[in-house]
Amino acid sequence: MKEDFRFGKRHGAFLFVMLMLAAIPFMGEPFYVRLASRILIYGLCALSLDLILGYGGMVSLGHAAFLGVGAYTTGILFHNGVQSAWIVWSAAVGISGAAALVIGAISLRTTGVYFIMITLAFAQMIFYFCASLEAYGGDDGMAMWSRNTFGGGLDLDSPVRLYYLILVALAVAFFLSRRLVDSRFGRVIRGIRENEGRMRSIGYPTFQYKLVLFVISGAAAGFAGVLLANLNGYISPALIHWTRSGEILVMVILGGMGTLIGPILGAACLLLAEEILSGFTQHWMIFLGPLLILVVLFGRGGLVGLATRGRYRG
Amino acid sequence: MADALLSVKGATKWFGALAATDGVGLDLYPGEIHALIGPNGAGKTTLIHQITGELTPDEGSIHFRGRDITRLPVHRRAGLGLARTYQITNIFEGFSVLENVSLAVQARSGHSFRFWRRAATIRELYEPGMAVLDLVGLADWADRPAASLSHGDQRKVAIAMALAMNPEVLLLDEPLAGMGPRSARDLIEVLDGLRGTHALLLVEHDMDAVFSLADRISVLVYGRIIASGRPEAIREDQAVMEAYLGEGEEAVGALETVLEKGTTCSH
Repeated sequence: MKEDFRFGKRHGAFLFVMLMLAAIPFMGEPFYVRLASRILIYGLCALSLDLILGYGGMVSLGHAAFLGVGAYTTGILFHNGVQSAWIVWSAAVGISGAAALVIGAISLRTTGVYFIMITLAFAQMIFYFCASLEAYGGDDGMAMWSRNTFGGGLDLDSPVRLYYLILVALAVAFFLSRRLVDSRFGRVIRGIRENEGRMRSIGYPTFQYKLVLFVISGAAAGFAGVLLANLNGYISPALIHWTRSGEILVMVILGGMGTLIGPILGAACLLLAEEILSGFTQHWMIFLGPLLILVVLFGRGGLVGLATRGRYRG
Repeated sequence: MADALLSVKGATKWFGALAATDGVGLDLYPGEIHALIGPNGAGKTTLIHQITGELTPDEGSIHFRGRDITRLPVHRRAGLGLARTYQITNIFEGFSVLENVSLAVQARSGHSFRFWRRAATIRELYEPGMAVLDLVGLADWADRPAASLSHGDQRKVAIAMALAMNPEVLLLDEPLAGMGPRSARDLIEVLDGLRGTHALLLVEHDMDAVFSLADRISVLVYGRIIASGRPEAIREDQAVMEAYLGEGEEAVGALETVLEKGTTCSH
């Protein structure tokens, strides 16, 4: 079985979607570019959660913590005069990865409901910590009036340029995740989700594998936080609130756990629904709630499950 | 006799006030098939759990190749060459048959912090996997989802997984349970073929299989080994007969049938 590349339907579909997304700025409507940017960033964040949730079987209710750590690192460095993307982004990814290492090392000793509770607790701790940073806006958060720069005149102040960067980042993350879940590491992770005890008895130190996956996931969410800070130009504790973690969780479940495209679809659906429904009423959740219940009841496997009924999902 | 490969000394495990195993001593020598028999609830599975590390004995010790492994975690023991199968079929149902076995091959081929190459394309994983599937007669089913196999074939997958770990010691907890007569015969042949290259600790209720396969038999009753020796000796042991008399008609009948067959099924 040689690893030869064949251009198949999946690649065609992928290329088509990428072209469609790349065309959005040509609609000449800044509002759409901004909305699409937001969707893609949350898609990246949801994708990173799905690695631990859908593939690893770990239900984390604190994923917004890593989004927040990434965004706060960006904001704090900005307020200390550091704007270089090279420095800020590596620092943000490194710090959110380190946070995931600490949180994971403790919470992965538990499973099920306890794991949900402990990840939630850690996220709330980070929430209150950030809200108490008086030097950085406390409860109100902080503004970031210019975006990170790459040096040599290459900056991200153009929303279109930022959008394309986000699009490329998501495409790269998608590709890397594909490799990851199909790799030997990914196979071990899926084995752990199915039957952790059996994995131990055939010789895998399962805790180590789960921890490494948790760190990868946290670091990726941290990077989504960096992008979000750059997009919004504003960083506040609301990013880390547990309801945000809940929203990211909903995106994954709505789109389809254990698939790579599902979380991105879920992010798109949730944010578009919010955008459209909130035009009619501020209680837009009233409409979204029943929709979510229907998808969970009848569409096992989320939107992707509905679309591919009975066929292989990957 | 050569040194024991696996040696259990005085293993005692308490569940509340009940000693599930009560000072059990047992030696497993290289290349032998050692059957562990006894009535239900005698502590056979509890003993296997202690050998694999899923339970830790309250007293006593377990040595593997002369090394004390009493406190070693499950995955480390597996890495040293201890493989087991479960009484209840315990495989990865969402994986293909070959993936199940390759996962076990992968466990013994260094760490798996490898993120790039696609696991399904790695020859060093699927070739040994196919070889083991060939051995248990499942090669034609390699790409089927494990969940789609019959009960008997799923049990063979479990044994193939254990074999794919390339172990020195195989702990088989009722491998024949729930298998049709034909599958059972095939499997007995496979197990027989492992004699000499693997040490087997075989927990089994099928007395025909036990007496035809075992080089030695130990009898566990209420957490204690009441007899241990060659099949001929066990067949004539008074204490064993009495222990099985308390088991009800069926078990006694099964044992008696075997005992009457005399030397025909011993090796």
